Amino acid sequence: MIDIQNVTYHHGRSLILDDVSLRLKKGGITALVGPNGAGKSTLFALMARLLPLQSGSIRFDEMEVGKTGTQSLARKLAILRQEANVASRITVRDLVGFGRFPHHQGRASEADEAFVQKSLHEFDLASIADRFIDELSGGQRQRALVAMAFAQDTDYLLLDEPLNNLDMYFARSLMQQLRALADAYGKTIVIVLHEINYASGHADEIIALKQGRVALQAPPESFMTAENLFAIYGMDVQVETFGNRKIALHQV
Amino acid sequence: MPDKRLIFLFLSALAACLAFMLVGARGSWDFLLVFRGTKLLTLIAISVAVAVATILFQTLSANRILTPSIMGLDALYVLLQTILVFVLGGAGLASLSAEVKFLASFLLLMFASVLLFGVLLNRQREDLFRLLLIGVIFGILFRSVSALISRLIDPSEFMILQGELFASFNKTNTSLLAISALMIGLCCIVVWRRRRVLDVMALGRETAIGLGVDTGRELFIGLVIVSALVATSTALVGPVGFFGLLVSALAYELMKTSGHGPVFIAAALISITIIVGGQTLFERVLHMGATLSVVIEFLGGITFLLIVFRKYKA
Repeated sequence: MIDIQNVTYHHGRSLILDDVSLRLKKGGITALVGPNGAGKSTLFALMARLLPLQSGSIRFDEMEVGKTGTQSLARKLAILRQEANVASRITVRDLVGFGRFPHHQGRASEADEAFVQKSLHEFDLASIADRFIDELSGGQRQRALVAMAFAQDTDYLLLDEPLNNLDMYFARSLMQQLRALADAYGKTIVIVLHEINYASGHADEIIALKQGRVALQAPPESFMTAENLFAIYGMDVQVETFGNRKIALHQV
Repeated sequence: MPDKRLIFLFLSALAACLAFMLVGARGSWDFLLVFRGTKLLTLIAISVAVAVATILFQTLSANRILTPSIMGLDALYVLLQTILVFVLGGAGLASLSAEVKFLASFLLLMFASVLLFGVLLNRQREDLFRLLLIGVIFGILFRSVSALISRLIDPSEFMILQGELFASFNKTNTSLLAISALMIGLCCIVVWRRRRVLDVMALGRETAIGLGVDTGRELFIGLVIVSALVATSTALVGPVGFFGLLVSALAYELMKTSGHGPVFIAAALISITIIVGGQTLFERVLHMGATLSVVIEFLGGITFLLIVFRKYKA
């Protein structure tokens, strides 16, 4: 369970997060949505310990962020950032291999190698395992980064807008893969999303932030109504039901 | 096959060292061995120091066209020496033993860098660009203050100061050598043990944090080690600016890997080959020992331009 209590964050004088308290149950996909500037990425950065907490607390099960060593946390949660550009010139296999670093601190065992191999297969990267990261397309690179996070073998996986720069083919297949990870491995996945329909189609629960506060926390069926979307985004959006999915027609 | 390349580099470094010891060797070996041996060890020590410091600094700053001299560390060393001459005078400086001078400036430099990096990195956000910018500004400040003081001191003392400060691979100081070699060796051991953490650091700050590396702490340790290496190599032969760039560019180009283990070894070996080989060539064959540092800096500068132009073309 992820337990966020009374998290407030100021950037200079402006208030980014205003007393946010949330409980996210273990297992499944939680999508974090909201308009630009709602504080999604800041909340993500605080959860991922990329920013130091100013007040309040965040816990992953028994581990409290800021009080637990960063090395132990790396075995509890894996993170994938919006613009994770890899500076080093390394192969896909090496990149995915770095996911095992929290477990072996640089001395990979055979079990680690096996896990890397498994991650490569899981994300369909075996055929390009020996290509260099900077030679790949955006979709392949994103997949390699997710595979690295998977290789970290953590209970929790945090992703910040992983669908940016992906075309609809890769975007959907990434969401399906995350769904499969949650279902098959019981992982708890928190994903910051811009596109509400991906949240509706793949998440178990949607949390909306607005102006630094939690506006709504609900499963997709009850989340996706015209009234809720108006309250969060301040625009009229038609919501239609197709099969068992609700889709917001916000593009037109 | 990185092993083959490393063996080749090792052999070329060895050949350079042998040539240095053997070319034009006349007279008693009892004398030659000590005389040339100390000189060779000095060259090897600073070659390794410059190579390791540059690679380490480039990883920490996530930039392959920087050298530690951008942080103004060598400028601080120059300033300390200048202040020393100003306060003690030329005669006073001459009366100090080399070890005392070295230890004093080394400790002061370490103190200053721990203070600087400690304060700047304490802000948790580890703003690297600000750190670099402040380093650049401090470098200018240090140089300006040195220039001011050197105008205030007596011209004859200024000569002494210049003698202290010009990069020269001919300077050998047996007493300093042992202590510097020890210092450089210790730094290399620390860096070598952290090489895998450095590989992770090279992936970028956020990825490194995600993989459980305490980036703030690593940055601090790394920068302090860079300061120590720069301080020792500057104390031994004076400031060398661009040379590290030449070495790191060649090492990365040759090894075609981002793994710090092989790159450190390759860089150290390349560095030894160039400095020892160059010194042999200039001193023994061309009889122009003093000009090597100029030529090496020139080559380093050319490398810098090549890297920059290639970056822009790509």
